[in-house]
Amino acid sequence: MYTQALNQADDGPARGENETQLARFQARIDAEERIEPNDWMPEAYRRTLIRQISQHAHSEIVGMLPEGNWITRAPSLRRKAALLAKVQDEGGHGLYLYAAAETLGVSREELTDQLLSGRAKYSSIFNYPTLTWADIGAIGWLVDGAAIMNQIPLCRTSYGPYARAMIRICKEESFHQRQGYEIMLTLCRGTPEQKAMAQDALNRWWWPALMMFGPPDAESAHTAQSMRWKIKRFTNDELRQKFVDATVPQGLHLGLTFPDPELRFDEATGHWRFGAIDWEEFRRVLAGHGPCNRERIDARRRAHAEGAWVREAALAHAAKRRAREAARKVAAE
Amino acid sequence: MAETPMPIWEVFIRSRTGLAHRHVGSVHAADAEMALQAARDTYTRRGEGLSIWVVPSAAITASDPADKDMLFEPTASKPYRHPTFYTVPEEVGHM
Repeated sequence: MYTQALNQADDGPARGENETQLARFQARIDAEERIEPNDWMPEAYRRTLIRQISQHAHSEIVGMLPEGNWITRAPSLRRKAALLAKVQDEGGHGLYLYAAAETLGVSREELTDQLLSGRAKYSSIFNYPTLTWADIGAIGWLVDGAAIMNQIPLCRTSYGPYARAMIRICKEESFHQRQGYEIMLTLCRGTPEQKAMAQDALNRWWWPALMMFGPPDAESAHTAQSMRWKIKRFTNDELRQKFVDATVPQGLHLGLTFPDPELRFDEATGHWRFGAIDWEEFRRVLAGHGPCNRERIDARRRAHAEGAWVREAALAHAAKRRAREAARKVAAE
Repeated sequence: MAETPMPIWEVFIRSRTGLAHRHVGSVHAADAEMALQAARDTYTRRGEGLSIWVVPSAAITASDPADKDMLFEPTASKPYRHPTFYTVPEEVGHM
């Protein structure tokens, strides 16, 4: 579902890389060639990708938690089936992305350990709580909507396995946004209490959704390098603006208001202009002080620890079967 | 607390269009049976396939991208391997 530009990159040639290699690599990128796992690549490109893809994967996995919270309380079987399928998709997306990251030479165990030990980051949006059923509508509509904006250009990212994973993800993502919008629409056409619930969800999710695109361009020193390598195709601010332009009319159609008194349509440019984002809040949440950071990581740690015996048993069972098979062969000879 | 790493498998799926199996990604699993199950859950949630292959990643031998020119460049100078290299008179018709 969700990647967030956290704008960390590693610049500069590493030891043993020469200008000719770097120039040849850049020429391949400029010619829109895809880079594949065993191709030569600058160490900084590899590290930037491992970090971005694994953060994206972690976000998908942690992203299952706020929505999973409502599966047993979905208001109808139709909604429950859709939500189950969506959460399962997020798990699948995490796995496609871990697989893509592993082609760069990092192990799954290492990536899991980075998440559980708190060294790896994931999208700030999942550290907000899902307080009412309307939050499930708002997440599908806004959070998946923002994710799609971010992810469509990533289908053309320069690293082959990442681009291919993103194509699969984007195909599956559209249902997520539509089911969310449908939930919002149903609430907005319901009782005044239901509509108020939808409004409250929009009020709480709007600003965190805008933060999903990452810090403003002026503060993201590494955007330029990622754009040169064609890992990114648009800057954070460009994507954020596209999202606002697409989303505001959808919200107005619902009959809802946005929690931004400065929001207005600019006739001259055809864009919706929005107020200042509270970047202090963004940094706070990213640094681990959001409403649910502790709860999310605790839930992941618990799941990992409680699943340890299953992994051990599966490996022991496989080893036993292999040993028996080998013994049977020896006996037959 | 070093856990034993779970073996990695490459996943190939034959889509409903009846084409060859195609690489789609990888999964981790203790044995082939579990790898098939994981591949099914991960890569075929929307009817993407009619058949799955799983292969231990370590069993694949790949060519080195550095050998690309040595391996594949020579075919560029052999246009006589293509039908368009040969002329057939128009009156003979389609061949």
